[in-house]
Amino acid sequence: MTEHETRPIRSSEDVVIVRQLVRAWAIRLGFSLVDQTKIVTAASELARNTVDYGGGGIVRLEALSDGRRIGLRLTFEDKGPGIEDLALALKDGYTSGGGLGLGLGGAKRLSNDFELVSKPGEGTRVSITRWR
Amino acid sequence: MTRSASRLPDILKQNDADILRDWVKEQLATLRPEAMSESSLREQTQRFFGLLRDAVQSGELGDITGPAWTGVREMLTDLSQSRATFGYTPSETAMFVLSLKQPLFTRLRQDVGRDAEALADEVWTATLLLDKLALFTTEVYQKGREALISRQQHEMLELSTPVVQLWDNVLALPLIGTLDSARTQVVMENLLHKIVDTGAAIAIIDITGVPTVDTLVAQHLLKTVAAARLMGADCIISGIRPQIAQTIVHLGVELASVVTKATLADAFAIALQKTGATIGKPAGR
Amino acid sequence: MDRIPILRMNEFLLVTIQVDMHDRLAMTLQDDLTEQIVRHRARGVLIDISSLEVVDSFIGRMIGNIAAMSRVLDAETVVVGMRPAVAITLVELGLSLPGVRTALSVDKGMDLLRTSFHGTPNGAS
Repeated sequence: MTEHETRPIRSSEDVVIVRQLVRAWAIRLGFSLVDQTKIVTAASELARNTVDYGGGGIVRLEALSDGRRIGLRLTFEDKGPGIEDLALALKDGYTSGGGLGLGLGGAKRLSNDFELVSKPGEGTRVSITRWR
Repeated sequence: MTRSASRLPDILKQNDADILRDWVKEQLATLRPEAMSESSLREQTQRFFGLLRDAVQSGELGDITGPAWTGVREMLTDLSQSRATFGYTPSETAMFVLSLKQPLFTRLRQDVGRDAEALADEVWTATLLLDKLALFTTEVYQKGREALISRQQHEMLELSTPVVQLWDNVLALPLIGTLDSARTQVVMENLLHKIVDTGAAIAIIDITGVPTVDTLVAQHLLKTVAAARLMGADCIISGIRPQIAQTIVHLGVELASVVTKATLADAFAIALQKTGATIGKPAGR
Repeated sequence: MDRIPILRMNEFLLVTIQVDMHDRLAMTLQDDLTEQIVRHRARGVLIDISSLEVVDSFIGRMIGNIAAMSRVLDAETVVVGMRPAVAITLVELGLSLPGVRTALSVDKGMDLLRTSFHGTPNGAS
């Protein structure tokens, strides 16, 4: 099995492709149906953010193992305007675009580990992991 | 360590009766009396001693993974697994092999005698071998316990999640025992799948048999109700004890959007009413 | 550009979403549906999502919008066939679609609409 894979995300068609790619990885890693659905949904939210707010970017998929468990880590990176106030961006209902404002907070709730790094003017990197 | 130099094979061969007698005595001293009868312990020990003696004749004393040791490994595997299942401690299991040290060292001392260097070598060889075998039993024991635990966990979850169909379109999930977050999740997933399978319009979650509910479990219950609604089924929670009602209010969990009933019977009556079914006593009595 | 077909059944419209929709396709569906509700004077809309393996906040919002818009246009929306894994995920995501009616299957959704317009599931008043 390839241990990692990187894909560009530029358009809303790419968001669909990312969903399908993440689903294939989650199935291959033996995730339950509910766990598959959770990480695919989280990936969809973050991929859309990458397109809508980051002006496009990449996603990196990695299979992890800590000896006991198997995990899937997804890292979304863009070189967009970045996020000014990280705490505000994570708050449910807050949106700077036209969405529901559930993207970041929702993705965080749907994953086990969540990491958000962003510098205004330089871009954003969001990394989520779900363990089997 | 020189293979030909070890006196171990000869000592095991020549003193088998003596060593066996002392070994059984050693074990009886350390084992709980109720754990095993003396006769079956003697039989087990004798069988293992025979296998060990034969394996040692091969001269392969440093490596117990080779083909000469297959019989010994198989017997230790069986023994450790059955001891794991019957509730022996890991020490008790490892002691089976380790208690051979004392009788064996006594014979070594008698045989090698005053040559201190040779004696040290022999003791070292024997110690290494027996420690390896003891570690092997511990590993197998551990695996046996893990398999046992995961099997029991699985069986318990299966047993504790009976979703029953009470009537056309009405399901009930009577929950009994402590709910932790993991169990609640499994139970709830089961319920949602059963709703799809049966096409039931109403599911009653009865928590009469649940002693306490913490915030996480209360939230799981609410999430299940919300998920069922998204799928097109209504949930009723019944059997909330006074203490749980207090906890829920103190925790600030919002239950307003959920239909709750005092008893399963009340919930069932409401469910029948909602699905348009009626049950009545025959007229004229 | 591809579109999601909308079926007309008397006074009701039926949409069966069978593809993993990209966002623009979802927006197009929203436009098409409201336009058809008005054109056919539809009283109810059934959205069958039993084939959908993922509903994220965007599609969730689209469904909520369709329900709200059709209500303004005097039609009622019922979402049918949401899968358990999808429902669990949507709740975790924080989207409970308030104000959207739901049913387990197209048949049951149709019964629901008939009952609310005629008082019985059979269509007879």
